[in-house]
Amino acid sequence: MSLSRDEVLKIAGLARLALSEEEVARFSDQLSAVLDYVARLDELDLRGIEPSVHAVARTNVMRDDVVMPSLSPTDALFNAAATSENQFLIQSILEE
Amino acid sequence: MDIISLTLTELREALRRGETTSVAATQAMLDRIVALDNSLLSYLTITEEMALEQATAADQRRAAGEDTPLLGVPIALKDIICLSGAPTTAGSKILEGFNPPYNAFVVDRLLEAGAVILGKTNTDEFAMGSSTENSAYVTTRNPWDIERVPGGSSGGSAAAVAAGLAYGALGTDTGGSVRQPASFCGVVGIRPTYGRVSRWGVVAFASSLDQVGSFGRTAADVAAQLSVIAGHDPRDSTSLNIPVPDYEAALTGDIRGLRIGVPREYFVEGIEPDVEAAVRVAIDDLAALGAEIVEISLPHTQYGLPVYYLIASAEASANLARYDGTRFGPRAKGADMIDTVRQTRALFGPEVKRRIMLGAYALSAGYYDEYYGRALKVRTLIKEDFRRVFESVDVIAAPTSPATAFRVGERIDDPLNMYLADIFTLPLNLSASCGLSVPCGLDRQGLPIGLQLIGDTLQEARILNVAHTYEQARPRDRRLPAVPAGATG
Repeated sequence: MSLSRDEVLKIAGLARLALSEEEVARFSDQLSAVLDYVARLDELDLRGIEPSVHAVARTNVMRDDVVMPSLSPTDALFNAAATSENQFLIQSILEE
Repeated sequence: MDIISLTLTELREALRRGETTSVAATQAMLDRIVALDNSLLSYLTITEEMALEQATAADQRRAAGEDTPLLGVPIALKDIICLSGAPTTAGSKILEGFNPPYNAFVVDRLLEAGAVILGKTNTDEFAMGSSTENSAYVTTRNPWDIERVPGGSSGGSAAAVAAGLAYGALGTDTGGSVRQPASFCGVVGIRPTYGRVSRWGVVAFASSLDQVGSFGRTAADVAAQLSVIAGHDPRDSTSLNIPVPDYEAALTGDIRGLRIGVPREYFVEGIEPDVEAAVRVAIDDLAALGAEIVEISLPHTQYGLPVYYLIASAEASANLARYDGTRFGPRAKGADMIDTVRQTRALFGPEVKRRIMLGAYALSAGYYDEYYGRALKVRTLIKEDFRRVFESVDVIAAPTSPATAFRVGERIDDPLNMYLADIFTLPLNLSASCGLSVPCGLDRQGLPIGLQLIGDTLQEARILNVAHTYEQARPRDRRLPAVPAGATG
């Protein structure tokens, strides 16, 4: 299994990663090798096997709908690159 | 009394008897960090001021007649565990400057127990790695040979405990990141059952596999810390609401009649001869102590690595979507919002990018069933292997890693070869088992070898007792490895 340059760029787009040309070439080789390696799972007959998403079977855990202690706006915003009026500030997304 | 040479539990006794103080022990650690950590690079942040305040408070509490499980004991935290008042980087440039406004559940537990926090230890970026070479900041060195890696990802915690730069430490284990560095550095490290310890306040890597564990020089030291950090936390929905046993009280030194299984799939081509020989001798020792040794089979072991990399990468690609420069971390300046996010995320290191890419691919339309879906089904087979074996044995004994510590730089450009360091640790993470690594000798180069003991769901007390009983029968040289002072290039 070999990943093409276009496929690497498509995945990088899905993952929102800006890659250098050098990274595109290197990841194409390295990810192809990893995909070849994981292809050994194809040896197994998995008909009738249920998937496991967790180590320990769990059902949804509910709690009472009451206000619990939480971060103050100052603490919640403290690590942000830009804030305005107690909110996270980002570039505009919609065109004017 | 040489305060440096005491184990955690010995220090606790010395404190209880009034033979020393927490301030003395804390200052001894801080002095030793200044003297030796230029060579080892095990700490990313040293919380000296906080530690001395906590130590002073601990001594005052003791003078007032108080006693708590870790009162005055200096401990280190892997820098993926949030501590309010100090930076948390997860070994990544994308969290540079991040100061968590809260403590992780395990940190609150340690502080309630009276522990002193010495600082934050180095880790592979987002705990992805087996050597700390993926840390964006430094590569920690192995105290037994500073040309070699300490293992990873919790390599900073393992090296700090091995070198006497902390009496104990916490790490996280997603695929072996406590047990493998414990093995490489010659200390004890436990990975509890998934759900035994809360993940709240721990930077997420792969949420169905991550678990916090403890390092110590002895099984008793590990047990003392686990007794404090284990337990239910309503803020982590996967936290188990099941009573926590007294792990130290379980260290009876008696394993007569215990059935110990030795899986044939863990003694395969590629294992270093010295590792195999030392582990086999240790298993003979367990037999001499009265355990019954049984050969067993975990037939899907060889599929653990591919399953692990698909599942862990898929979960990581989702978890790491939050690093977009909006709420925390540095922000790049792009042409528009999407471009800003893409440029900000270029701050991830190569291994993190590789795993995000692999995960995004495995989850993407057209490939989901072939990769992620298939991996989840094989995970069922691996869980079933363990479940079936634990119907007939009490504990599994095996090597922790097929090799001892490798040289810095030796595997960094070959991801698959790097991943092989974890082939004997990661199947456990896919199952509902728990495991630990305990030192069982040195190879011909003088590097530590680890014996891995695996227990069934919530059987931490049992595997700790096997490790403790083994330690009593085969006492290790108590001398700490001789770490050369001076800067590492």
